[in-house]
Amino acid sequence: MNNTENHAAAPILEVKHLKKYFKTNKGTLHAVDDVSFTIEKGKTLGVVGESGCGKSTTGRVILRLLDPTSGEILFNGKDVAHIKGAELHKMRKEMQMIFQDPFSSLDPRKTVSQIIAEPIQKYKIVKGKEAIEKRVLELMETVGLAERLYNTYPHELDGGRRQRVGIARALAMEPQFIVCDEPVSALDVSIQAQILNLLKKLQREMGLTYIFITHDLSVVNFFADDIAVMYLGQLVEKAPAKELFRNPLHPYTRALLSAIPIPEIGKSRDRILLKGEISSPIDPPDECRFKKRCTDADGACEGCCPALTEVSPGHFVACAHCIKAE
Amino acid sequence: MEENKVLETGSEPVLDIENLVIHFELEDETVYAVNGVDMKLGKGKILGLVGETGAGKTTTALSALRLVPDPPGVIKSGKIMVAGHDMMKLTPAELQKVRGKEVSMIFQDPMTSLNPVYTVGQQIAESIYLHEENMTSKEAYKRAEEMLELVGIPAYRAGDYPHQFSGGMKQRVVIAIALACNPKLLFADEPTTALDVTIQAQVLDLMKDLIKKQGTSVVMITHDLGIVAETCDDVAVMYAGRIVEEGSLEAVFNQTMHPYTEGLFNSLPNINEDMEELKPIPGLMPDPTNLPKGCAFAPRCPYATERCSEKVPELKKVGEHHRVACSAYEDPSFHIARRSK
Repeated sequence: MNNTENHAAAPILEVKHLKKYFKTNKGTLHAVDDVSFTIEKGKTLGVVGESGCGKSTTGRVILRLLDPTSGEILFNGKDVAHIKGAELHKMRKEMQMIFQDPFSSLDPRKTVSQIIAEPIQKYKIVKGKEAIEKRVLELMETVGLAERLYNTYPHELDGGRRQRVGIARALAMEPQFIVCDEPVSALDVSIQAQILNLLKKLQREMGLTYIFITHDLSVVNFFADDIAVMYLGQLVEKAPAKELFRNPLHPYTRALLSAIPIPEIGKSRDRILLKGEISSPIDPPDECRFKKRCTDADGACEGCCPALTEVSPGHFVACAHCIKAE
Repeated sequence: MEENKVLETGSEPVLDIENLVIHFELEDETVYAVNGVDMKLGKGKILGLVGETGAGKTTTALSALRLVPDPPGVIKSGKIMVAGHDMMKLTPAELQKVRGKEVSMIFQDPMTSLNPVYTVGQQIAESIYLHEENMTSKEAYKRAEEMLELVGIPAYRAGDYPHQFSGGMKQRVVIAIALACNPKLLFADEPTTALDVTIQAQVLDLMKDLIKKQGTSVVMITHDLGIVAETCDDVAVMYAGRIVEEGSLEAVFNQTMHPYTEGLFNSLPNINEDMEELKPIPGLMPDPTNLPKGCAFAPRCPYATERCSEKVPELKKVGEHHRVACSAYEDPSFHIARRSK
């Protein structure tokens, strides 16, 4: 399961057997269940899956916005899964987040400049009123916000500009690593393209590493180097982006890819229609979690809990059939 | 004008909107939401209404059901004919009879469009009971159960409340309500935007099936050109309250004429092509309280010339089933970069 790390040249982040369970009245909710992966510096890992598959929780646990139930999170070789106090405070500077909803992730009572300046002041990245002002203006320029917006409030801005404020705030800490949690799904397509281009430009210029969480596969194909597909708290497939789109192995990945509507006439492919819906993540049985909806499920799937296995260089899949076939 | 009507309408259009103008008159400003929209839709046809947030798509749809909140929304002018009813002349009581029976609407967010304190069976039965005069409430409930089965939910769940269903199931319930009385016209306002892709595929399939069976005409409001390509017969692209390009699916997708439509296509990441960078449309939608004098798209348009900011271009026929509103085509040698395929 954890032979992922053998491939990474210089991993900035290694996640090993990460678990996050929530106690609920009905039982234990397995939000993230034994997830392992690595990301190299300057690369983007796209994490895709449907609502409730644990992709956002994974992102939040890595940033320690939630405490992991068990597992290791190695950031630059150091386990940050259980650090506390001053150490955690220091780590936060290196790892930032861009949130999905630019309408609720900005404090409505602060101006754009105050929002961007807050982390600079808190972490004393630069000191002195003038220096902070200069830094804020620099950041606003970097993300393409006009100087005249310096004293505006979030409600005066449209979604695209708000998302730029969120990006500027994340960049204010000069982080190495950013978790982007559905950063463009609340935006119109023409604005979405602007923000995606901006994120790509920032990555090129600053050498940032991203985890890009999304449900939109066409966006992730454009954006990510590697793609990890999650289903009910587990990774079911992980491969370089091109490889995953060319040669998807897991039945869930294949269904997911076939469900994307393509904006060209006559291009719709043979659609694999999944039956039913995602089952409950509360106390899931010890077997393949996709079995009930799987079009390929048969006797070989009974009672086995397939582990993520490398079937070709860099291509990992967790499916009894795919592993056997290779 | 007769030769300008390009969308096939068959004998009598189910939806016929002419020169629709809707303003929202607020205390200190006026929002110019819809600025002269013509729309025709024949029986059994599916029209994709495409555009970004604030283009006036939803307002246009709401006006056809006379559901634009007034105040502040004022229908300044326009003719709205739905299945032979002149919606502008009906009394509120008459409107109630038409809504749900002749024309209905599916809203974007299934989480908020159902009533949390009634069971889904009661909610489907309500519209049936109100519109079928000879039906007892018991019979209506029976029909409601049949509708549930039709959208793929077992009938025994009719007694459940909305919170007991997942998002995809709720949207199925909403579809069941909308189609319960066999409406002639259905507005589907981003019916699958709130759903996951695999569930979206299920719901779209179901909708296509039911629409075909019942011969319903549909206006599918969406920003997803992929959904349009898969479900629609005709397309109308809206920008700042006007239709800038309309025609058959084939014409708009393969012989794109309007620079805005081109911009929309370029903004999409294509899963079949490798791209270093996307080509977004520069700038933002114009402020609907302060629209530019000429073509509303001119400030963002890479082909704009001086004449574009002088007068609003009219929709002109450019092909058998294709109309476009762009002054650049006054020059016969003009073409956009996205060549016809």
